[in-house]
Amino acid sequence: MSLIPFPDPDPAIMARREDIIAGLAAILPADCLVTSEDERRAFETDALTAYRRMPLAVALPRSTEEVASVLKFCSTQGVKVVPRGAGTSLAGGAIPQEDAVVVAVTKLNRILDVDYANRTARVEAGVTNLAISDAVMPDGFFYAPDPSSQLACTIAGNIGMNSGGAHCLKYGVTTNNVLGVKMVLMDGDIVEIGGDALDAPGYDLLGLIVGSEGQLGIVTEATVRILRLAEGARPVLFGFSSSESAGACVAAIIGAGIVPVAMEFMDKPAIAICEAFAKAGYPLDVEAMLIIEVEGSESEMEAQLARIIEIAQKHDVQVVKESRSAMETALIWKGRKSAFGATGRVADYICMDGTVPTGQLSYVLKKTGEIVESYGLRVANVFHAGDGNMHPLILYNVNDPAEQAKAEAAGMDILKLCVDVGGCLTGEHGVGIEKRDLMRHQFSEEELGQQMRVRAVFDRAWLLNPAKVFPLDGRVAA
Amino acid sequence: MSLLVPASEEDAVAIVKDAVARHQPLAIEGGGTRAGLGRPMQTAATLSTRNLNGIVFYEPAEMVIRAKAGTPVAEIEAALAEKGQVLPFEPMDHRSVLGAEGEPTIGAVAACNISGPRRIRNGAARDSLIGVRFINGKGEIINSGGRVMKNVTGLDLVKLQCGAYGTLGVLTEVTFKVIPATESSGALVIDGLDDEKAVAAMSAALGSPFEVSGAAHVPGERPRTFLRIEHFAPSVNYRLGELEKLLKPFGPMSRLGHDETGAIWRDIRDAKAFAASDNQALWRISIAPSRAPSLMRKIAQQASVARYMFDWGGGLIWLAVPSQKDAGAQMIRAALAGTGGYATLVRAPDDIRNAVDVFQPQADALMKISRGIKASIDPKGIFNPGRMYAGN
Repeated sequence: MSLIPFPDPDPAIMARREDIIAGLAAILPADCLVTSEDERRAFETDALTAYRRMPLAVALPRSTEEVASVLKFCSTQGVKVVPRGAGTSLAGGAIPQEDAVVVAVTKLNRILDVDYANRTARVEAGVTNLAISDAVMPDGFFYAPDPSSQLACTIAGNIGMNSGGAHCLKYGVTTNNVLGVKMVLMDGDIVEIGGDALDAPGYDLLGLIVGSEGQLGIVTEATVRILRLAEGARPVLFGFSSSESAGACVAAIIGAGIVPVAMEFMDKPAIAICEAFAKAGYPLDVEAMLIIEVEGSESEMEAQLARIIEIAQKHDVQVVKESRSAMETALIWKGRKSAFGATGRVADYICMDGTVPTGQLSYVLKKTGEIVESYGLRVANVFHAGDGNMHPLILYNVNDPAEQAKAEAAGMDILKLCVDVGGCLTGEHGVGIEKRDLMRHQFSEEELGQQMRVRAVFDRAWLLNPAKVFPLDGRVAA
Repeated sequence: MSLLVPASEEDAVAIVKDAVARHQPLAIEGGGTRAGLGRPMQTAATLSTRNLNGIVFYEPAEMVIRAKAGTPVAEIEAALAEKGQVLPFEPMDHRSVLGAEGEPTIGAVAACNISGPRRIRNGAARDSLIGVRFINGKGEIINSGGRVMKNVTGLDLVKLQCGAYGTLGVLTEVTFKVIPATESSGALVIDGLDDEKAVAAMSAALGSPFEVSGAAHVPGERPRTFLRIEHFAPSVNYRLGELEKLLKPFGPMSRLGHDETGAIWRDIRDAKAFAASDNQALWRISIAPSRAPSLMRKIAQQASVARYMFDWGGGLIWLAVPSQKDAGAQMIRAALAGTGGYATLVRAPDDIRNAVDVFQPQADALMKISRGIKASIDPKGIFNPGRMYAGN
């Protein structure tokens, strides 16, 4: 029933499984090596749960040096490695293959240093996204990228996928908030890239590594920027009678020189699903809703909101609802950030992640509805309106293979549409296995070849996360 | 020395293919105002992108602009200003410090990752560059990134190109994210702080919720520390007031209005105090701000430092030294050891820039990766050979 192909396991590696495990056991203590079938099962998929493969073994190293030893061993043995953070990838970025060792960084979970004078924090890569903000929040600081999975997802995974979140309209994505990494290359060499100074000498290797989906090395430490919290923040709900009005309102706000911290869009199905879960007071009788958040002092927020409301009124806004308390603010964001989980309560779904030029949002939304309907399925839309990063959730029944095939086909059609209107396949979830075979829709053979030749500089033998990102045929080694 | 000025991308491809076939390296330039950056090169021919110019599209509501690489920065900034927008990273103009003439181009801003004082708030050029189109060393046209702000599709070759100084191909088009220009600006000036206190004051300001967009310190007989706020007019007023309260322990301060703030920051951005006419060598040091004062103490003990200035809250140091011997390279880099900082020689006579590492030498493992990347994009070593590192 698998629609996305996996490479066949290498029989020579499978035959040597016991030797390989013995080799790993010589490097790692027993509680850092998972070999039994029962325990390995916890690692056989990620958040793309329709696909699963049992890994050869799972290594849970406790230090950069242990990661280096494991990679060196695997490199020498010609064993493939699949890096893993918390396993929350929606694109199958952490899904193993049978002949590969999973190397998970979850035991590397210490915050090593917080430097308020220079506004940086040095953390081990298995630290969760939210743990960084939690650690510095008492002193009035935060770590800006805020993917919906931030309670669980690791900085290692954020770096792998260049994660964004609701607030990146103002604060940028992971690549704009990381200053340095310590990373282990596939041959076991440990390198330090960047540091705590702004801009590093030489090629921007850090920029290349962020978003490389675990193909260039395993990041074990990161130095990230931390920012001072604004004096206050307030989300406001705007309900519209059509998606077009909501889209036009977003464009008009930016046109007026206002860049809110966040501008999140939900369509009617998404509003209903999230409201049923979070009881955040979302308006249920509108076709589209925007959550717009502003920051600053009380009077600054009032002034900005007044301008935004004035603009919204010119775009036929039906409902304007300001948060009146910290509790309401928390509920409003809870509703948005649990969109995926709340959807999971009503149906299985796949979540697309294409980005389109914001001028194309209305058109793409309309077409998305038509595409999904043509497959006889339903869709709920939540997305980051300010930056055009769409997240259509295509609802289906995972136990019905025909429906799964339809859902995936609809998803692929939507992603192709995103590319065709000038956007891209993935804004913040990554290519993984999910979009791998669509890469030729966005890139020419020359472009893919160039990317693969750069990839090969780090991993000549294609051992690291080898079945991801690039189509399985036509791979280039050097 | 021949100058090749292709009129189209196709012409540029033909020039590259011809250079590859003849193993004839090319110097790559836009308007040539930054030709003095990096190591001097011995190439028989220069390819200039100056005639590949023009804005391809500009969508103010999407906050994105794409232009051909040879488009003058002035033309980009004028187009943005007409719609009330700016480049987020406030790129510096190198003509003053390099004593150069001509028109800086947007391609060079991307190729050299040129940022300015607002880098501390809005990131560097690399943070706003969202798409590139370039000719690689096989004469192929390669697109990376695109026109959208969030994009993790494939390897980010955009970042590799930004700051590669033209050693990884010929950029033909670049796409930048832009932002609305702020309605107003203003600044605080604190007089008389020593380096330690100045960095502490700037750190306190940058760690405040008031979104300080410029923090510079000019030492000397009358040291002055500048802090900038850019926002809606009432917010500028409010935030300067809050900053005054916060920084009260650092002594008396005065305010600058919008126009004066703009003028002073243009000088800070372009390092006007370090104009080429002073005939000194000029270094640009990047370091975590809290380590900047002790670094400068160490350097001052060993050299007759003519002048220096802190930008980026102390994270960027402009340092002018006598233009003799190695222009202080060995001493400066020794002082930097263990600080996590690094130094780039921005200006010195050719013979000095030939003899010393203009860019901070990297660890062997990183140098090996860099050479691999160079070879993977430019296998014949055609583009700007040796501009960044000898033999690369």
